[in-house]
Amino acid sequence: MSVNDWVQIGVYLAVLLILVKPLGFYMAQIFEGQWPGPRISSFFERPIYRLCGIDDSSEMNWKSYATAVLLFNFFGFVFVYALQRFQFYLPLNAQKLAGVSPDLALNTAISFMTNTNWQAYGGETTMSYFTQMAGLTTQNFVSAASGIAVLIALIRGITRKQTELLGNFWVDLTRGVLYILLPFSFILALALVSQGVIQNLSPYHSIETLENSQKQLISMGPAASQIAIKQLGTNGGGFFNANSAHPFENPTPLSNFLEMLAIPLISAALCYTFGFMIRDTKQGWALLAAMVLIFVPLLFVAVHSERAGNPAFASLGVDQATGNMEGKEVRFGAANSALWATVTTATSNGSVNSMHDSFMPLGGFVTLFMMQLGEVVFGGVGCGLYGMIAFVLVAVFVAGLMVGRTPEYLGKKIESFEMQMASVVILVMPAIVLGSTALAVSFSSGTSAVSNPGPHGFSQILYAFTSMGNNNGSAFAGLNANVPFYNILGGWVMLLSRFWMKIPILALAGSLARKKVIPPSAGTLSTSSALFVGLLIAVILIVGVLSFVPALALGPLAEHLEMVRI
Amino acid sequence: MRDEFKKQSLIAFKAVCVFTALLGLFYPLLVTVTSYLLFPRQAQGSLIFVDGKARGSELIGQFFSKSKYFWGRPSATTPNPYNAASSSGSNLGPNNPALWAAVKDRVSFYQKNNPSPEKIPIDLVTTSGSGLDPDISPEAAFSQVKRVARARGISESAIKKLVMEHIQKRQWGFLGEPRVNVFSLNLALDRMAWN
Repeated sequence: MSVNDWVQIGVYLAVLLILVKPLGFYMAQIFEGQWPGPRISSFFERPIYRLCGIDDSSEMNWKSYATAVLLFNFFGFVFVYALQRFQFYLPLNAQKLAGVSPDLALNTAISFMTNTNWQAYGGETTMSYFTQMAGLTTQNFVSAASGIAVLIALIRGITRKQTELLGNFWVDLTRGVLYILLPFSFILALALVSQGVIQNLSPYHSIETLENSQKQLISMGPAASQIAIKQLGTNGGGFFNANSAHPFENPTPLSNFLEMLAIPLISAALCYTFGFMIRDTKQGWALLAAMVLIFVPLLFVAVHSERAGNPAFASLGVDQATGNMEGKEVRFGAANSALWATVTTATSNGSVNSMHDSFMPLGGFVTLFMMQLGEVVFGGVGCGLYGMIAFVLVAVFVAGLMVGRTPEYLGKKIESFEMQMASVVILVMPAIVLGSTALAVSFSSGTSAVSNPGPHGFSQILYAFTSMGNNNGSAFAGLNANVPFYNILGGWVMLLSRFWMKIPILALAGSLARKKVIPPSAGTLSTSSALFVGLLIAVILIVGVLSFVPALALGPLAEHLEMVRI
Repeated sequence: MRDEFKKQSLIAFKAVCVFTALLGLFYPLLVTVTSYLLFPRQAQGSLIFVDGKARGSELIGQFFSKSKYFWGRPSATTPNPYNAASSSGSNLGPNNPALWAAVKDRVSFYQKNNPSPEKIPIDLVTTSGSGLDPDISPEAAFSQVKRVARARGISESAIKKLVMEHIQKRQWGFLGEPRVNVFSLNLALDRMAWN
């Protein structure tokens, strides 16, 4: 690693952490109803409530809240599916792209509705501008906003006592969109256009090349508006097939920095929002500390591995000073590519600025393992933190067993029901990921999609289901995933992993809200101490390692051993 | 309970419509109009015009294979390299013999066509993530100076000077990597010849 690599990573982390407090405070003000005040909020929110018939003064219990989330997602799914199927007959289809096949449309609709943004298609060859805008961009916003809404409901469950009510989903959704995602996306989109990200509705440009006046068809489209929200909302779905490696999605090192900053920004800041809303900011900082402490060492493994280059090329007379450049862009280089890869898999973003499939074995290992930790290191907006809180409950429970006291967290007793829900949240994911991987390697329709030989081929399948099973969306993209087997099985995997987390979290929120608050005593375990942060990290790593080491040994670790033997 | 479900379903349906209008139509169109007013060139793809005709985008690489032009990076797009309507990387794993063979072939092809003895910069023999990478490293540009100079019958020092002028440093001094835009460099070469 060069000095400049250290500087870039250092500046990146510093800017991210500096923004946590102001943004986290701002979001807390919004969800506590303090900002922007009754006059402005009635101006912006009232028309939406009136059009939809929402009674914003009423609150919901956990079941109503969950029902509202599910119904909203269901209609969003139907709408995106229909848009894709009928895009040929709809406007803004300059390239006359045909309707999307049923299995791919199903997979894509689920993928965007669940904030996964797994893409078994190439944007510029498959989706019309209208589908990308009205279908995909919309879901980018609302899937992110519903993740934040569920987190806010959980926080209310912790802060309130002896009540059934967790707030109003429609209000939380509307406020998240109007005051957080929409304005920030607008600003980021314009900043990206200034760097060269395209934003137009023109048909593809045909130009004559310089060398021999051959035709080059250059794809166009309303890219910037979608890219801004794909990063801020930890969605990750690219406008073009190559995602943020495409020069029109990510043209300069500055656009790269801004997009990369946007990826974990809201998730990290929500830690402060959490701390502020429970009136104990130390608790929020403790969770953020645990995230950063897992993130940084794995980041260095990835950067180091990509910077070192491919030993197989050592005897060929090439200069590998810039590192492993297969699948990477010159303007970013190996360090920025590895940094992005680590951030995008730590959060459930899944956009890429380089091809993970061509990473060194240990670089690929980091991206896989980051997802397999359950997307709690920053994680998706909202869902990252509620997943982390599930791990906190397990850590509190373990600590409680050690000292022989009833575990409690933030004044709420953690009892059998809470532990059941936390366990479901944590254990469903590995079961789904490993189960579907096992299924895929057992059938020829699963293995025939593989494009690399040996352990790497297994990694491609494991990566696909790890990514879909954690609502990440990045890929070892050589896998030929646009076949009914992957589209349909993957669709189920994405659905299960999203909602088998969301529903138990809301049930947990409902159960916590009903409880009394116990004042802390001398025997209460401090959940903001360094000791507890260490325990929390240990729990996360142990669960991740126990679940996934056998699979990782067959994939990237075997591949690494194969490589060092050379 | 049932009435409540019906009521919530109706709200959900209406909310999808309202948010689609706001986020799927109003927002992208607002960004389109604003960027057209503020950054019209970038919004349209940073096209470069020669004699009134678009000859390429500053941001999208083109395929160069003649000796008198600087070559860009190998591209994995199909069916032909630098297909800007279908971006893609090779997605070959680091241990894949197909990758080793491809790199080996590119190395020997490059050595045959270039009179420079020093090591070949890795970016010249590996494919980029998008298949449309417009840049090469400064080292990769310098390693082609001799070939281009010979093919054009221009002194090496003049070509080298042109390369130096086309090096884009790290943005803000520390972001990204130094690079040379191949299309701009080749356009400048042609202009030098025309004058």
